[in-house]
Parts: sequence; structure tokens; C-alpha cells
Amino acid sequence: MALPDTDNALSSTKTNRITSTAIGGSSDGKFSIPDKPLVVIKASRSWTAVGWIDLWHYRELLYFLAWRDVKVRYKQTLLGVVWVVMQPLLMTLIFTVFLGMLARVPAGGRPYPLVVYTGLLPWTFFSSAILGCTYSLVGNANLITKVYFPRVLIPAASILARLLDFGISFVLLAGLMLYYRFIRHYPLQFTWQLAVLPILVVLVILFALGLGMIVSALNVKYRDIGVVLPVIVQLWMFTSPVVYPLEVVPERWRTLYFLNPLAGLIEGFRRTLLGGELNRFSLAVSTVATVIFLASATFIFRRTEKSFADVI
Amino acid sequence: MKPVIRVQNLSKQYRIGTLRAGYQTLRDVLIDVIRLPVRRARATAPSQYTTIWALKDVNFEIYPGEVVGIIGENGAGKSTLLKVLSQVTEPTTGQVELYGRIGSLLEVGTGFHPELTGRENVYLNGAILGMRRAEIEHKFDEIVAFSEIEAFIDTPVKFYSSGMYLRLAFSVAAHLNPEILMIDEVLAVGDAAFQRKCLNKMKEIREDGRTILFVSHNMQAVTRLCKRLIYLSHGVIVDDGPSDQVASTYLGSRLQSTSEKRWEINSDAPGNDITRLCSVRIRNEGGETTDTIDIRRPVGIEMEFEVLEPGHVLVPNYHFTSEDGVYVFVATDQDPEWHRRPRPTGRYISTAWIPGNFLSEGALRVGAAVSTMSPVFVHFFAESVIAFQVVESHEGHSARGDYAGPMPGFVRPLLSWTTQFQPSADRMSEVLVGERA
Repeated sequence: MALPDTDNALSSTKTNRITSTAIGGSSDGKFSIPDKPLVVIKASRSWTAVGWIDLWHYRELLYFLAWRDVKVRYKQTLLGVVWVVMQPLLMTLIFTVFLGMLARVPAGGRPYPLVVYTGLLPWTFFSSAILGCTYSLVGNANLITKVYFPRVLIPAASILARLLDFGISFVLLAGLMLYYRFIRHYPLQFTWQLAVLPILVVLVILFALGLGMIVSALNVKYRDIGVVLPVIVQLWMFTSPVVYPLEVVPERWRTLYFLNPLAGLIEGFRRTLLGGELNRFSLAVSTVATVIFLASATFIFRRTEKSFADVI
Repeated sequence: MKPVIRVQNLSKQYRIGTLRAGYQTLRDVLIDVIRLPVRRARATAPSQYTTIWALKDVNFEIYPGEVVGIIGENGAGKSTLLKVLSQVTEPTTGQVELYGRIGSLLEVGTGFHPELTGRENVYLNGAILGMRRAEIEHKFDEIVAFSEIEAFIDTPVKFYSSGMYLRLAFSVAAHLNPEILMIDEVLAVGDAAFQRKCLNKMKEIREDGRTILFVSHNMQAVTRLCKRLIYLSHGVIVDDGPSDQVASTYLGSRLQSTSEKRWEINSDAPGNDITRLCSVRIRNEGGETTDTIDIRRPVGIEMEFEVLEPGHVLVPNYHFTSEDGVYVFVATDQDPEWHRRPRPTGRYISTAWIPGNFLSEGALRVGAAVSTMSPVFVHFFAESVIAFQVVESHEGHSARGDYAGPMPGFVRPLLSWTTQFQPSADRMSEVLVGERA
């Protein structure tokens, strides 16, 4: 499925434009045959360049697929989008009651609900994005076996759809912080560190995208992934500072602990928002891991996507 | 003229293992990895998977404005070919050059989501088929009008009837305006009026200089729509050419039968000491031997037999059976000249003409016999020795009228119809009031 060289690809867009001007009236749409083929279909080598032009051409499909995911998720629910708000609030409540109040997990002098919410914020996005990706390709088998489009759009759309929840959770966070600052008079201070937050957001999205691409592609051939992943994700949650702050982890284990790329990201979220020093080492690990995951995801995806339709 | 699709030495190999199992589990792979050194050691060990060629060295070119049908039995490679052309799966070797945008109508409604409304699905499906958002917006009204379901456009499609669902799906695809349109058995959608619309749309597409690839194992539908056919069998192109020619090849290989059968003298020809069969064939009006007949034209069944012993009353007769062995009808010799008249020795050719606009589309096998009627005695009966196929092109008038879908039955006579009209009671009183006034 190699794309033609740039010349051909350019002529492809040109021809498409010609046809789309001939929309509407159907009898004035005579087209002339280009000199070079628009598409040459042949067996590709295992490693082919990423089809950027193709991706750009299909960018609207990414949006439509994500939009479909969002629409379908809350169709035929009574509360609809209210669930987006309810979910993290309920989780925060549960953890506050069981871990904060009963188990008395230390919160380093900060309100436990804020500590757990700032951890749940990136974690919920990450875990739901990964788990959503797992069956995204398999669940769209009818599309994959029938129509051509860049397959990477499916896991990407799955991640994009979760961004809505992610965004709404941020709005909720703002509300929570205002509540603790002005009603409970908890001394929240915003520092320059807040400027790091967007970088962390981008990192966590890219990390989820990389891992999501890998699990979705592997799950096409090895369905074991879909079975074992929820267990791994559960384990991952407890080895990351989600429901407890980093302070709980003994100092001498921290270096090992930070080898988990999510640990630095999640604790980073918490500290940019609630204050505290950022750990450079952990953020470096996260960045390197994200780059490695994305690169290998692209490689694995390109290697396996040509056989999706045959094995799915 | 330059082709719009050029397929060169296209082959696609499948591992039967992959086809059957669908997917491997991690365990299989791990076991493979462990066994690998062992297998390497025994270099002569046979491969774990059997492979089949779903397509093998396929070559053809298709020109703008052509409507080409691809036929073949199940598993002949038709869908694999479509999948390769629509870039869903990669060929193993060979290549395809496409000189236009390709749009496939493979199982219409691909990507329709039952929870979304008709409107939402039009946008989603359009995007999946490769349309730009602006393009869909531009054509939205046209698409909805074509589907005739304006009233339900904001209803989730899970509440649609299957007919409404398919109409909407077909409308989206029909407005895709690709240079090459691939259609996979979709014209069985909807009522007669909608089918007519679809056919007209296809005609429009063709007249625009666009190309249509129609894939089906329904020979009748394909010959109706296409002037050229490509016949695939076991991944190989068996025949490629004008519809009637390919239809006859297809028929011949499927029924293992021909339009003509001859027996050498003194061979094991059917017969006895009184009479012996020499040959049987199908002829068209022009006298040519053929196995493909237009539904509107008469078809002649001809047998040549030799009478070896004079003085017997002999009645040639033909036995027509359908492909699945159902007796359709029997015809006995009605030639007044030989009615109850003993035949002298010699060669005879007896032809029965079946009128045009009588048989329906499809294949018929023909058996030839010669009998004596009183007392009944069968001299020979060569069962299903030849076969022919009645085809219909959708141009011109026939008994199917404006209906484009499948029509059951062995006969399809063009009858003469009359209508008697009586105005309804209301109209009646109006007329009466009018008369009174």
C-alpha cells in the first residue's frame, strides 16, 4: 500500500479538487485521466515511511470517529454528559472516604480530596484511553475489512474522544480549587510551575497515544492483550502516585519508583497544581519513555497494519 | 484510450491457518519461538501452514465509462480482488495502478452506527468513504432526497426498517462521485421505484465517463448491467470479454456442458438398432450455435438422428430441466408432416423453436429423446446433454418492465394486459351530481 512519490501524491490532490468542483450537477463531471497513477497498490516492505499526506487527507475522519465515540458513549443514558462530571467526583469521594478518612493515607498537610483528584485527573484519562484503545481496532473490524483509510486514525480517535472528559475534569478541578481556596481558606499558591502543566498534558496524551497504538495493533493478532491489560492497568495504578502522594514512597526507593514513566507525570500534575518541587529525573524518564513508545508504536503499527484486514 | 485501472500480475496469497484461526494467541507465538530452533534443525520439515492463492497472476485493464462485471463462484477470488483494489488488503505480488478516485459500495452502510441518527450517519459514513465535510454538507439535501426518508432523518437508524437503512446507505455512496465505483450486490435494495433510481444513477455515472465495477455471483444481474465480464475461478481469470461470451464460458464450466454435442458414427452414441442420435445443439435465429440467448429472442433446439430401420413412427422430444434438476417442461415433435407417419431410413434434423419472451432468465439443461408412442417405447434418451442460458440486458423492453430485481419462476411470458376502470363511489356520486346539474 505504498503511497506514490510526492509528485504523484500532488497530482492526486489536484484531481480530487477537480472532482469536488464538479459536485452538484452530476453530468458535467467528465474527468480526464492523469498521466501518472493516483495510487499504486503493491506489496510494501515491512518498514515504510509514515503516510503523512494520507493522514492529512483523512484528518476529518479522525474528527468524525472521535465525535462518534463521544456521541455513542452517552446515547441512551439518562444523565448524558453529566456522567463526565460525576465519574471523577464519585471516584474522588470513594477514595477520600476509604483511603483518606478510614486508612488515613498521609496527604502532606494538603486536603486529601485535592491530592487524590489531581492524581486521578491524568490517571483516569490515561487508563480509560488505553483500555478504550485495546478493542478499538477489533471493534471496528467491519470498517477495516471494507474501506481503506489510515488505520492509525481509529486508536487516535479513541484517545481524542477521551480528551473531552479530560478537559471537563480540568474545569471541575478549577471549581474544587476555588472551593478549597476561598471557602475552606486553604492556602493554595500558584507558581511559575503552572506553566509546566501544558507540557505535562501533552506528554501524557502522547504517552497514551503511543501505548494505545501498540496495544490496539497487538490486540488484533493476539487477543491476550485485551484480557491481560485491565490487570496490568490496575497494578500500574497502585505503582503510580494516584491515590497517594509521592511522600508515602520511602526516599531510597524513589529512583526505582521513578522508572515508571507515569509516576513522574502524575506527581508532576499534582505538584504544578498544589505546589512542591518538580523532580527533573522523573520528568526526563517520562519524556524519554514517551519518545520511545511513540517511535516503536509507529514502527509496530506500520509493520502490522497491512495485515489487519486479513487477521482481524 | 488510456485505462483507468491497470492490474498487472496481481497475486494474493493467504495462509489457510490464518484464515481459519482468525487470530493467534500469544501462547502460539511463544511455542513457535521455542520450536523455531528445532524446526531450523530439521530443515526438511514441512511448513506449518498451508497456503492458497486467492488471486494468481491476474491481469486486466479497465477503461473509463466501462461497466464491468466480475463473476465467479464463491471463493473464486472476487472479494479478494475488490479488497486489493480498495486497498483494504495488500497484494502479495504484482501491482495495481489506479488513475482515479475509487469508491466502494461493499456492503452498503459500512460504518453506520445504530445509535446515531440518519443525519449523523450521513456525515460519518461520508467521511469514512472519503468525502470531505464540505462536500457532504453541499450534497446533504440531495442525499436525503434521493433516499426518500426525509421524515426520519433525525431518528436513530436503529429504529429504521432494513429497507430505509439500505436506502440511506446507498444514497450516501451513490453521491460519492468517484471516478471508479465498485458495487457489491446492492441492487437488490428497496422497491422497484428505488431500484430504477439506482439504475439511472449508474447510467449517469457511466455517461460521466466514470467506471463501474460490479461484483456478483448472480449471473443474471451481472449480464443485465454489464457489457463486459471478467470471469474468475480459483483466483485465475478464466475469461474476459463481452458479456454473452463470458456468460457462456461461465455456464459451460459450471454446468460442465456445452451448446453442442456430437457423437461419432459407430461410437457409443445413444440409440438402438432402429434409430441413433448423431448430435444435439442450440441455435439462435441466425442459425449460429450458441448457449447464450437474449430473453426476447427465440431459441432453437436441434437434434440430428439417423433412422437405421424403416417403418417406425418416431417422435423426437426434448426435456428441459433447471440447473438444480427441476423438470421445467417437455416438448414433443409437432411437425404435421411426420405425424403418425413411419419414417424411412436416413438422416433427420428436428428443431423445436421456443419463442422469445417466454423463458425467464437462467440456465436450462436440455435432454433429447426419440420415442415411439403406441406402444410407448423409448429408443434413446440422452439426459441433459446440452445447456443454454437466457440472459437479459436492462436496455430495451421485456416482460420485467421497470423492475430491476430478481424475478422468480421458469417462464416469463410477455402477456397482453387489459385494464377495466370503475371510478370509486365518491367519484360516482360526483359524476351523477354533475349529470343531474
